[in-house]
Amino acid sequence: MDRVAGRKSALVWTVHLSVLFLVALWVVPTLGLFISSFRTADQISSSGWWSALATQERQLPAIRVEGEPELRDGLYVIEGTLFPRERSTLSAWGTSSLKPQAYQPGDVAELKDGMTLSVDDKGRYVLTSPDPLEGKRLPRIFATATQPPEFTLDNYRQVLVGANTGISIGQAFLNTATVAIPATVIPILIAAFAAYALAWMDFPGRALLVAAVVGLLVVPLQLALIPLLQLHNWVGIGKGYLGIWLAHTGFGLPLAIYLLRNYMAGLPRDIIENARVDGATEFQIFTRIILPLSFPAIASFAIFQFLWTWNDLLVALVFLGTGNDQLVLTGALVNLLGSRGGDWEILAASAFVSIAVPLFVFFAMQKYLVRGLLAGSVK
Amino acid sequence: MHPTIQALMTIVIGVGGCVGYFYASNLLLDRVIFPPRGANAGRNINRANMIRPWLFLFPAIFALGLYLAYPVVATSWLSLSREGTFVGLENYSRMLAEPKFWESMRNNMLWLIVVPALSTAFGLIVAQLTDRIWWGNIAKSLIFMPMAISFVGASVIWKLVYDARPEGQPQIGLLNALWLQFQGGWGSLLVLKALPIAAILAFAAGVAWGVWRVGRPVATDPAGLARRPLAGLLRVLAVLAGLSVLYLSLRGVLGVATAELPYGKPQTWLTILFYNNFFLMAVLVWIQAGFAMVILSAALRAIPEETIEAAILDGANPFQIFFRIKVPQIMGTIVVVWTTITIVVLKVFDIVLAMTNGQWETQVLANYMYDKMFRAFDIGVGSAAAMVIMALVTPILVWNVYNVRKEMR
Repeated sequence: MDRVAGRKSALVWTVHLSVLFLVALWVVPTLGLFISSFRTADQISSSGWWSALATQERQLPAIRVEGEPELRDGLYVIEGTLFPRERSTLSAWGTSSLKPQAYQPGDVAELKDGMTLSVDDKGRYVLTSPDPLEGKRLPRIFATATQPPEFTLDNYRQVLVGANTGISIGQAFLNTATVAIPATVIPILIAAFAAYALAWMDFPGRALLVAAVVGLLVVPLQLALIPLLQLHNWVGIGKGYLGIWLAHTGFGLPLAIYLLRNYMAGLPRDIIENARVDGATEFQIFTRIILPLSFPAIASFAIFQFLWTWNDLLVALVFLGTGNDQLVLTGALVNLLGSRGGDWEILAASAFVSIAVPLFVFFAMQKYLVRGLLAGSVK
Repeated sequence: MHPTIQALMTIVIGVGGCVGYFYASNLLLDRVIFPPRGANAGRNINRANMIRPWLFLFPAIFALGLYLAYPVVATSWLSLSREGTFVGLENYSRMLAEPKFWESMRNNMLWLIVVPALSTAFGLIVAQLTDRIWWGNIAKSLIFMPMAISFVGASVIWKLVYDARPEGQPQIGLLNALWLQFQGGWGSLLVLKALPIAAILAFAAGVAWGVWRVGRPVATDPAGLARRPLAGLLRVLAVLAGLSVLYLSLRGVLGVATAELPYGKPQTWLTILFYNNFFLMAVLVWIQAGFAMVILSAALRAIPEETIEAAILDGANPFQIFFRIKVPQIMGTIVVVWTTITIVVLKVFDIVLAMTNGQWETQVLANYMYDKMFRAFDIGVGSAAAMVIMALVTPILVWNVYNVRKEMR
């Protein structure tokens, strides 16, 4: 018996470890971008995000000595500090780019014209010169310092207002919400009425209609782009919000009808027949009984449709214009990837602005999302 | 008018309009056209009940017809015409003459094999493993999370993973940082050669098993084939497809075994021809595995306990229980998951656009079509490409419709 039990616990441990490994594999990429979005551009390009929590030693860009000279004991002296804000620790320094680590903290370097320079481990420097310093090129300091972990919200501040990127993510966020919310709400009622008719009313051609809805469920919307754009231009809507709301409504309907019909068909027959016997009209049955009872299915669909419209790129590219007042988050991200592909601080913060809302919806309403998925595909 | 206000107004008008339409049309039907009163009360009720479904359905049918059914017809016409005149199959022949199209087709086939297979496999593994551990729900929730992230957002996330810096600079991409850990010793041999070869061989063994299962009736029972020629044909096609996949994976094993890996040099992963496709596919697998997991996990839970208990009593080990008892019982669900992911793969566009835009031989059909329609403004060839996507989706469409019809009977 011992052996069996021992094997069992080894198996359980393997399961724990493999799940842990898989979860790490799934979470780490997102985590990497998330951490990067809080680091400065310098930090991102000088070390991997996984070292963000460790103190890092790195070579800083050259800093030129500056300040008002004071006369002390016949020498002109400039004092200052390399790190006015951060708590960094200097480990080596130099005065030329060829030998950036020539001196230790506290060493005194003899420079030309009798100047001397010393830097201590806190980054405080002292420059002395026997001659007046006016008009002279002051030396540069190349410092190697260890920096404590530092996180900043500047990236978010920068992308939200669009300073120096030309693309305001804050504006794009509003545009995306403007697209997504009506495109989520409008199909629900249309689909609910149709689903009720398909689930509980008897009429010739019902089975055919259900089959048609299932067929349309998988029609690639790539087919719809050009004809609908031509249609919108012909009607006079052109490219704009009205067009994309209509398009999303049309594309979302098959799933909505399918999900709601499956759910409504599973409601107890007694309730509906009792209501009919009691003299309720179909319209009353629908609004008073079916609609409230179908809330879980409606919530599922609403989450799907919201995630889908919020995350969509293709429909927005085709049916919306490219101006700042119509650019959605996904489009803005693609533009940034093209124009600022190496600026990870901007990309990371922008990406997180765009996925924050879906992630929130996802975690808050996971129950309905899972239920909808199951209703939509498992028979 | 500010778009946000416009949006709010649209919600009010849209919802109000719907309610108003349904309410008013019902009222009209019940009170004015066929009132349940007077001499014909009974007949009127029946008539009203015959018309009412169509009142309820009208907005949906109208929208579906206009936004999904009509475009299918219109696109077929566009693919056969040029500037309004019928040109027959010219657009198609021009498309077939383009190397970019064949590149897209090849890549799409790769995507169609790899992404559904890996997503389903990962989903199944996670669903099974998380079933019995106490933090299973948290693990599932985290693996499911990428479903909420847009394809573009996921592309940004993975671009950071694939980021490459010139040699000597610190690598900020996770993959390159890991890659530089391999120096060509035994560890590298194990992780980069033995492990992939084992994985591909396992995949090939699975395919071979499938081919054998599907192909055996063809070989042993030719008379049965004659009785059901369509099923026989499907079987033969499946066997041929399976054999070609088998050949490809065995060639892949040879490739991995003989490849000289450039140890110690950072790689720009997205420009390595052919293999960059797999780096793009990883993004979609990462997104879709959670979906597969959720559905398969529910299916696993629905398996009757008795079958598993009986197997345990008969002395089956956990692997036998999984492969011989559980998997066969959820085969239907696996097929559903597989086909659903297949459809997603056929429409994949955002990932390729955001990560490589089809450069370095990573083009896929959906992005090719977008290129043709909206960058080259070649509507004819673009529509032809869209029709190819439609043709690839059609078998699944027919299969789904067939199943629903069967269910409703």
